[in-house]
Amino acid sequence: MRLPSLPTLPPPSMLAGLFRKRYGESPLHLFAQIITIALAGYAASRVPLESDVWFKILIWFVGAALGHDLVLYPLYAIADSAAHFRLFRRARPLPHLAGVPWINYLRVPVGLSLLLLLVWWPLITNDAPGTFFAATGLTTDVYLPRWLGITGVFVLVSAVLYALAVRRAGSPDDPGRRWARLTRP
Amino acid sequence: MIDDTRLLRENPLQWVNEHPPPGPFRRRFWRSPVRGPWLTAVLGSMLLVGLTIMIVTGLLSYAAYNPLLPGNDATPAHGLLGFYLFDWPTGPSWLYRVTQGTHVALGITLVPIVLAKLWSVIPKLFEWPPVRSVAHSLERLTLLMLVGGLLFEFVTGLLNSQLDYLFPFFFYTAHLYGAWVFIGGFVGHVLVKFPVMVRSLRRGPGQSFRRTSVADTRSEPVESELVATEPAPPTASRRGVLGFVGLSSVVLLGTYIGSVLDDPLHGLTLFGPHERGNGVGVNHFPVNKTAATAGVTPAMTGAAYRLEIVGPAGTTRFSRDDLLGMAQHTYYLPIACVEGWSIGKTWTGVRLADLVARAGGRHTDRLFVESMQNGGGFGAVSLSVGQSQDEMSLLALKVDGEDLGLDHGFPARTMIPAAPGVHCTKWVKRLTVVDGSM
Repeated sequence: MRLPSLPTLPPPSMLAGLFRKRYGESPLHLFAQIITIALAGYAASRVPLESDVWFKILIWFVGAALGHDLVLYPLYAIADSAAHFRLFRRARPLPHLAGVPWINYLRVPVGLSLLLLLVWWPLITNDAPGTFFAATGLTTDVYLPRWLGITGVFVLVSAVLYALAVRRAGSPDDPGRRWARLTRP
Repeated sequence: MIDDTRLLRENPLQWVNEHPPPGPFRRRFWRSPVRGPWLTAVLGSMLLVGLTIMIVTGLLSYAAYNPLLPGNDATPAHGLLGFYLFDWPTGPSWLYRVTQGTHVALGITLVPIVLAKLWSVIPKLFEWPPVRSVAHSLERLTLLMLVGGLLFEFVTGLLNSQLDYLFPFFFYTAHLYGAWVFIGGFVGHVLVKFPVMVRSLRRGPGQSFRRTSVADTRSEPVESELVATEPAPPTASRRGVLGFVGLSSVVLLGTYIGSVLDDPLHGLTLFGPHERGNGVGVNHFPVNKTAATAGVTPAMTGAAYRLEIVGPAGTTRFSRDDLLGMAQHTYYLPIACVEGWSIGKTWTGVRLADLVARAGGRHTDRLFVESMQNGGGFGAVSLSVGQSQDEMSLLALKVDGEDLGLDHGFPARTMIPAAPGVHCTKWVKRLTVVDGSM
C-alpha cells in the first residue's frame, strides 16, 4: 500500500519572501509593532479603572503630537523663512556684510530665548499664580524680567560676536576680505 | 500625458500614489541640506541614552512612593505595570534626590534634542502615499504612540513641575500610564530602527563633520526620504546645527541646575519654581505647601499641641517640650521633591525607631504618619519597616539648630532618608504603630 504523500512545505527563504510580500517588512518588524500595541493597549486599558478621564487623556495625547507637528513646527519654520526672505527683503538667502552671513547670529539668540519661553511658559507668562502661591507662598512675577534679561544678554553677545566677525573679515591681511571683494557683484 | 490619463482611468489608486498633493507631501518641498539619516541617527543615539535614563528614573520614582503599602498608591489600578515594585531603600540618603533630580533636570535638558530629532524626521509625517503596506500602516500607528507619548510626558511633566495644572486629569494617572504607552512605542521603535541608526552612523555624513564649512555643506550622498532632492543653499553646517542643539541644552540645564543643589548655589537658579526660600533665617528655603494652604494655624501648633502616638502600649500624647526632652539626633538629609528640586539641611529630632519602641512596638513594626493638614494631597503616609526603623529617620523638631518654621512643618515633621519629599510629612499629628507583616 502506498502512503499518501505529505504536502511539501516551501523552503524557509520562500516563506520569508512570502511574509515580506504580504506584510511589507520582516517578522521582527511585526514583532516590534505587536509589543508596542500590546503594552500601550494594556496601559490604556488601566486608565478607566483609575478615573473617568480616558478620553481627556487621549485628546491631550494626540493633541501633543499634532500641536508639535502642525503648530509649533510650522510656526518656527515659517518664522525662519520669513527672517531669510521677507523680513529683510533680500532675494538671496545669505546676504553678506563683508562676507559674514548674519542669519545664525539671529537664529541662535532668538532660538535660545524662545526655547526658554517654551519650557518655562507657565512661570514666565504667570499662567497659574494661584496654585503657585498656594504651594510656594511666592509669586511668579520674577520670571518675566529674568527671561527678558537673559534674552537681552543673548542678543548682546550675538551682536558683539557678529561685529567681531565682520571686523575680522574686514582686516586687510584677512583672506576673508579678499574673498568678499572678489565675490562682490 | 496620455499614459497618465490612462493610468487614472485604469488604476486610480496607483495614480493617486504617484501624484502627491502639493506642499509638504512633495519631496522637493523639503530643502534643508543638513537633513538626512546621519543627522537623525546622531540625535537618535543621544535620545536612546537620554530617554532610557528618563524611563528608568521615572519607574524608580513610582517605586520610591512605596505604592504597595496601604494608602500610598496614586495609581492603584497599575496591575501588571507594578511588576517591578520593591521596598524602597533608605540609603544612601541622597538616593531619591539623585534619581528624581536626574529625571527632571535631564528631561529639561533633552527638550532641544527632542525638538531637533522631530525636525530631522518631519518629512516622514507627510510621506506619500500615506500608507504603503500593512507594516507601514502599523508603524505609523506606533509612531503616533511614540511621538504622542513622548510629547505628552514632557508637557505634563513640565506643567506639573511648574505647578500649572492646565490638564483636566490627575497628574500621576496621566504621567504613569502615558509613560507606559511611550515605553511601548520606544521599545518598538528601537527594535526596528537600531540597525538603521548604526548603519547611518557608520556611513557618516559624507563629508568631514569637523572641517566642512557652511558654504561647502552638502546633502548626504544617500537615497533617503529625509535627504532633500532639491536642497536650498546651506545656511548652517552639521557641526553648527549640533552645536546649536548642544548650546540650547547647556543653557536650559545651566539655568535650572541650581534647583537640585544646596545653598548658596540653589539661589542661583534662573528658571525653576523652587529657587526662592520661604521663611526667615535658617528657615529661608523653599516649600511645596504653605501652612496657610494646609489649613494649619498657629493656634493648632501652640502650647496646646500634642503629638499622639498609638501603639500596642496604648495611646500616649507628647508636647513639643516632651519630645525635646527625649534623645536628640542630628543628620544632614535632603528634601527631594517629585517635581525635581531638592535641598539638603541638617535636621535635629527624635528617632522614629525610638518612638516606635516607646509605644510598645517591635523592630519589625512600621509607622502610619498623619498630618494636621486639611488641604492638598499626602496628608497621611505609610512608611515601610525600613523607613520606620532607620537610624536616620527622624521626627525633626529643628533645622540647622533652630526651631522649624511654621511653613516647614512646626511643631514637628518627619524626615525620611532617600524618600520623596511628600513622604516627609509636615505638622505631624499622629503616629500609629502597625504590624510590619500586615
